[in-house]
Amino acid sequence: MQILRPRDLDGALDALAAHPDASLLAGGTDLMVEVNLEHRRPETVIALRRVGELAEWRDGFIGATVTYARMERERLPALAELARTVGSPQIRAAGTLGGNLGTASPAGDALPFLAALDAQVVLASAEGRRRLPWDEFLLGPGHTALRPGELVLGVELPDTVPARQAFAKIGVRQAMVIATVNCCVVRHDDGATRVAMGAVGPTVLRAREAEALVAGVAEPSPQLLDEFQRLVSKEVQPITDHRSTAEYRRHAAGVLARRTLERCLHR
Amino acid sequence: MIITLTVNGQPRTAEIAGWESLLWVLRERLGLPGAKDACLQGECGSCSVVLDGELVCSCLVMAADAEGARVTTAEGLGTIEQPHPVQQAFVDHGAVQCGYCTPGLVVAVAHLLERHPDASDDDLREALSGNLCRCTGYGSVLRAVAALRKEQA
Amino acid sequence: MTDLGVRRPTLLGGVGESAARPDGIAKTTGEFEFLGDMSADGMLWGATRRAYVPHARIVGLDVTPALAMRGVHAVLTFDDVPGHRYQGQHVTDQPVLAEGVIRHWGEAVAVVAADDPETARRAAAAITLELEELEPLTDLEEALERGEVYRHVRVRRGDPEARGEVVVEGTYETGMQDPAPLGNEAGLALPDGAGGVDIWGPTQWTHVDHRQLSACLGLQPEAVRVHPCRIGGAFGAREDLSLQTHIGMLALRTGRPVKMVYDRSESFAGHVKRHRSQMRYRHEADRDGNLVRVTARLLLDGGAYELTSAAVVANSSYFAVGAYDCPNVEVDGYVLRTNDPPTGAMRGFGANQPCFAAEAQMDRLAAQLGMDPLELRLRNALEQGGHLATTGQLIEHPLPTREVIRSLAAIPLPEPNDSDDPRLLPGGTGLTTPRSGVVRGVGYAVGFKNLQFSEAFDDYAEARVELTPDGAVVHTAAIEVGQGLVTILEQIVRSTLNMTHVRVAFDHTGRIGSAGSTSASRQTQMAGGAALEAARRVRDEALERAGGDELDEAGVWRDGRLLASLEELCAGAAIEHHVRYRHPATEEPDENGQGALHVDFCVAAHRAVVDVDVDLGMLRVVEIAIAQDVGKALNPQQLHGQIEGGIAQGMGQAIMEEVVLDRGVVRNPTFMDYLLPTSLDMPPVEAVLVEEPSPWGPYGAKGMAELPTVSATPAVAAAIRAATGRPLDRVPVRPQGIVGLQ
Repeated sequence: MQILRPRDLDGALDALAAHPDASLLAGGTDLMVEVNLEHRRPETVIALRRVGELAEWRDGFIGATVTYARMERERLPALAELARTVGSPQIRAAGTLGGNLGTASPAGDALPFLAALDAQVVLASAEGRRRLPWDEFLLGPGHTALRPGELVLGVELPDTVPARQAFAKIGVRQAMVIATVNCCVVRHDDGATRVAMGAVGPTVLRAREAEALVAGVAEPSPQLLDEFQRLVSKEVQPITDHRSTAEYRRHAAGVLARRTLERCLHR
Repeated sequence: MIITLTVNGQPRTAEIAGWESLLWVLRERLGLPGAKDACLQGECGSCSVVLDGELVCSCLVMAADAEGARVTTAEGLGTIEQPHPVQQAFVDHGAVQCGYCTPGLVVAVAHLLERHPDASDDDLREALSGNLCRCTGYGSVLRAVAALRKEQA
Repeated sequence: MTDLGVRRPTLLGGVGESAARPDGIAKTTGEFEFLGDMSADGMLWGATRRAYVPHARIVGLDVTPALAMRGVHAVLTFDDVPGHRYQGQHVTDQPVLAEGVIRHWGEAVAVVAADDPETARRAAAAITLELEELEPLTDLEEALERGEVYRHVRVRRGDPEARGEVVVEGTYETGMQDPAPLGNEAGLALPDGAGGVDIWGPTQWTHVDHRQLSACLGLQPEAVRVHPCRIGGAFGAREDLSLQTHIGMLALRTGRPVKMVYDRSESFAGHVKRHRSQMRYRHEADRDGNLVRVTARLLLDGGAYELTSAAVVANSSYFAVGAYDCPNVEVDGYVLRTNDPPTGAMRGFGANQPCFAAEAQMDRLAAQLGMDPLELRLRNALEQGGHLATTGQLIEHPLPTREVIRSLAAIPLPEPNDSDDPRLLPGGTGLTTPRSGVVRGVGYAVGFKNLQFSEAFDDYAEARVELTPDGAVVHTAAIEVGQGLVTILEQIVRSTLNMTHVRVAFDHTGRIGSAGSTSASRQTQMAGGAALEAARRVRDEALERAGGDELDEAGVWRDGRLLASLEELCAGAAIEHHVRYRHPATEEPDENGQGALHVDFCVAAHRAVVDVDVDLGMLRVVEIAIAQDVGKALNPQQLHGQIEGGIAQGMGQAIMEEVVLDRGVVRNPTFMDYLLPTSLDMPPVEAVLVEEPSPWGPYGAKGMAELPTVSATPAVAAAIRAATGRPLDRVPVRPQGIVGLQ
């Protein structure tokens, strides 16, 4: 195995151009698990933690190697909330936003946030850059639109990121747990509402009928919330696996989305 | 390949095979078995070390990427002759049973108290939630830290 | 010599003090050498090829691709086992390596020794293994119908016609729990150059390993030495052999030291688990709440090999009623052969499953009677002078059942939660649950279990105590797994010899006889009993030799004058005594399961307080309180450690820990998906130690370390039932169960 440790973005992209099938290493929280368990033995690794451009966080842009620990401290409420639920403090010190995107787990905790904000994923290669909406980037479990020779530079958030945003996650342990269901709700100033649900489909999904139901409603009535909950439960596509059942996930998705919406509206 | 890093204040060089984790290099190449290998996927914390100021799972650090890093392990905190106050407190308060999680927990507690000496019990529970202990049920660990805080106050 | 100037030393760390463990600091600094930290010059690394299917015929097994690899020194299969080809602690029915058939997920097929671990693993993977999959047997009722029964324990007591007016019936299930010690299996085998071998492996009883290893390796007993190990926890997982035979075979074949280390997934495949169970109960009582009759049928999943299952189902059956008087009892306990992973010992050893069911039955009965659940338990409490409901055995020794229940009831309940801190709410930092959506439930359970080995087993422990100029040394083969036996032995001998400087030497099987297993809550009383007796003899001989009447660190005294220093005492023939200590004998059961099958018993009562989000199924355990019978507290701090750690495991089984089986396949063999409680899950514990000295335990002590686990599980489940009103007859309780979905 060879490891390349570029010190800037151009170096990283050149390395990637020379080794388009290289494994990208940032926090290591996914790659090293596969390496330790011998599921993966990469020939070439490109280590990204020295690339300053990838760690940038400025208005409207979050770099791919921003860690959960940093998200926890920053000012986007839902992002801070989700970051706090990821793994353990050790994992949060290492794991990155780009890793969550690259791994594309149906249960990835940062993904509902990106979906609820209609974020764009910025990809870079030696050829140039391109932007993909989150749902054109995330194609299925473990499957993304990333091409050989390309890396995730970061995500672009919309021009206005509303302050009313909230995240919640169900897991069967109080810490260090993979989501059974996770959820992010964003409320724009014009009343538009976005509801993104994770771990209840092949990728994170949006409950668009439910979104439409509560759009513009300042104080949804209990009856409207009942209907909202029902629609979310209807729109998700959960499966049964060793972590939970489809039936429970469907039920829980509705309850969780409803509560998260209420919390979001009262921010 | 050869990597150079600073471990417990000492410059160290190790010849490593690709893919090796920092945990493996500490244990098998540098003779520092304090960090343990209970899960190899970042789900137990037994391999916790401080890497460039951050508490991390050394099993998830690719050693080749730790070139130039500063690492502190349980061995670097204290020795049998001169234990670190956290290490002494663990023994005094019964926080050591089988001991397999202990070096990682000790590193995590020392790191936390350095950064947040006034952490509450709930803060402590959250901060240590990545370090599984199968023997103690954590109560004695919390009592050890409470006693340390009292001493420092 | 007479010396009036010598000061009387003060005894430190004797019985009753919270003495610190002597190996504690080394465990905090990384200097304590665990099995996986060991190495030897010229060492090879071993790896195991396993078949991850539940049932299959091996139609092709070719090791030549592995043997052809550079750096590979040996590849061994069933045909290479040099001696007896089966192992197991009680029943030796587990093939050392698969014998043509795979009978459970993860069964070992071949082992490899190579220059480094990577090569060893690659070689193991290179072995050609062709399997023809067979239908696995995983349904317990079907196993019973097909007669796949390792043991049926039949208990009949009292009048079969007796009936109570008030009847409750229920069916219950418990999942398969993994002991999940933090230290994975690791071991080292060292050939001695004379055809023999020294073995360090994860164990709770070196002598029973020794018996199996010398048989399987085809060696004379004296050619095999099994060493006490430094081990990262046990909880039952190390009672049966894992990798010891394999590394022994590889070391003998290659003539070189061989080390093997499992990773977590292989550890899940490589050690025994707690039996999953299905139980059917019927309790009958009179209108006043006196139990009249209990009928139970228990099915335990014994997995693919019998191992210790026969003793486990005995415990389940004999403790099927709990710590209650009941004159008429009918229990049928079956442990069944399936294609699930082998099950065996885990903390509580069969007492846990029926405790979950029977305590739920007691709550249902209380509800039916309109009676307070603790009042019902007090009314039926079994104590000294009563008879064990199942076996009819007279309870000869103190059993403070009412005292533990009353002590528990006297512990104040925790305050209601008025905080919005998410860490104090169900769902934690996942922010699932507002405080307004939380219902608090309180649940109780009483745990009851035997101490030591039962059913006429010749249960003994050896120890040798040696006086030295610097103090005393206790020799034992008992295994310290982290529980603190090392401290307890020091404390017992300190108090007996009246000297602070006592050290424990853990000896290999060639140096001392068996101390029996570190299990069954037995070593404090057994290894401790042996050490106490040996120390008494040492003291008596020292006093006699010097003609004195008091012994301490300085030497032997009489009338305040030092007659002989320790150095002088030790200058002549060594003062050392070796003791083989037995507890009072037990009987075998008759055809109705009757008899004095147990030497002694222990009891505890738990109360769990749980906050439940009933709409979402999330929960947070707020507090667990316990009153525990300990005989005499030799080391209060260690007792609290055992109590808290035991409760964590019992709570784990109640709410999150389960080996998820899908027709024999384990779906969650990692710590990512087999969830152990974290520091945010484990609540504060309020513990009261109830001391009624045992007439035969050292300084009145009783073994106790299993019960904190046994009744924690039903107490937590009862609290969730109280909050939700749902029957919740299966553990672990899942969110889907709490909200009423399957």
